[in-house]
Amino acid sequence: MSTYYDPSDLRKFGKISEWNQELGDKFFDYYGSVFKDGALSAREKSLIALAVSHVVKCPYCIDAYTKDGLQRGITKEEMMEAVHAGAAIESGATLVHGVQMMNKYDKLSM
Amino acid sequence: MATISLQKRKNELANAERQLEILSNGIFKSGDLPTFKDKISEINQYPLRPKKLEILQINVGYMCNQVCEHCHVDAGPDRKEIMTKETMQQCLDVVKNTGAHTLDLTGGAPEMNPNFRWFVEEAAKAGVKDFIVRSNLTIIRANKKYYDLPDFFKKHNIHVVSSMPHWTRGKTDKQRGNGVFDKSIKALQELNERGYGMPGSGLRLDLVYNPSGAFLPGDQMSMEKDFKKALLEDFSIQFHNLFAITNLPISRFLDYLIASENYEDYMYSLVEAYNPSAVSNVMCTNTISVSWDGYLYDCDFNQMLGLGVASKIKHISDYNEEVLSNRNIVISQHCYGCTAGAGSSCQGTVA
Repeated sequence: MSTYYDPSDLRKFGKISEWNQELGDKFFDYYGSVFKDGALSAREKSLIALAVSHVVKCPYCIDAYTKDGLQRGITKEEMMEAVHAGAAIESGATLVHGVQMMNKYDKLSM
Repeated sequence: MATISLQKRKNELANAERQLEILSNGIFKSGDLPTFKDKISEINQYPLRPKKLEILQINVGYMCNQVCEHCHVDAGPDRKEIMTKETMQQCLDVVKNTGAHTLDLTGGAPEMNPNFRWFVEEAAKAGVKDFIVRSNLTIIRANKKYYDLPDFFKKHNIHVVSSMPHWTRGKTDKQRGNGVFDKSIKALQELNERGYGMPGSGLRLDLVYNPSGAFLPGDQMSMEKDFKKALLEDFSIQFHNLFAITNLPISRFLDYLIASENYEDYMYSLVEAYNPSAVSNVMCTNTISVSWDGYLYDCDFNQMLGLGVASKIKHISDYNEEVLSNRNIVISQHCYGCTAGAGSSCQGTVA
């Protein structure tokens, strides 16, 4: 069966460099550096990545950062809280537009 | 979870040849992934050769009071392979003369061998520097006859290495069975009471962590920190070191990988995490493994796969360290488990 998303495509992510080595290398170098321990720990960044994966609705990223979290010993409670943090921002971003609606409503109404 | 072994269930994966077939076909035969032989050939490590012998690991039987989902031995209460006193005597003759500094008893639950205590008492007399018993902890609480094991271990200065897959009840019980967590906690507290695992104590207590699923272990040091903090805060338990061990794709863990459709992804993870610097220190380069019936293997995993040593010395009764040191180590794709990330061995990471 042909689908838009194939879980095994994640393994082939590195292949994007084959069609543009320079930009591919730059991206993967940058990516690797971002997730190293820094002012934030690699563990904290893994949870941020998991939250963002949900917000951008990337199934590959969700697979990758759920596994990364398990390997780091991150608990399912921590993972779900991270997902809620992402979801809260995303729903807040929708709801804050309600103010625009209210402004427009008021402006159009006598 | 299952309460009987693959062997008793007549599962095809109880057959070592079937396991080796799976490990050699599919993604490895198609060339999607390189075989372990090809991979170590790239760094001129094929054939893999032993270095100085440091560890003699003796498996005294496959019987166990637990039926852990990831067990590479396929151990359980229904396994009847138990080392006889006669084979134990042959092992003792070797222990007295070996150049190895560590004697490592494993199983199954080694304590369930009826001659376990006699063997430990006799072996302790040989004066090996580090005498390890791999205890699953719950055996200490399984039956009254085992309640005094902590004292017995202390009397013979045994280095206790125990499995503890997680510091939470849910994850532990899911992998190892209901009630395992509480019994393990109680056993650890009893070992602590005898001085085991306490800071500065010579009574060594180390824990083994295996991931409870189709993923690799995280960084051993940071996991040790997490385990120490959680066990101390929640249960006032102390221990010395944590060994993070990768689950190898054999036996019950292989069965789990296939049934959960994680096999290919897991093999990809192992190969992607391949660390060439772990190869020269894999445990088969400093270990000889002895099975319950006295046969010799490069490691406990090869023992379970029926891959005997490639040497004319095949049995403990003919043991000759010099001849054995001149052998090629037998490998297959399960070996990727020992070279992933920081490497993995019965003593934890190797790279």
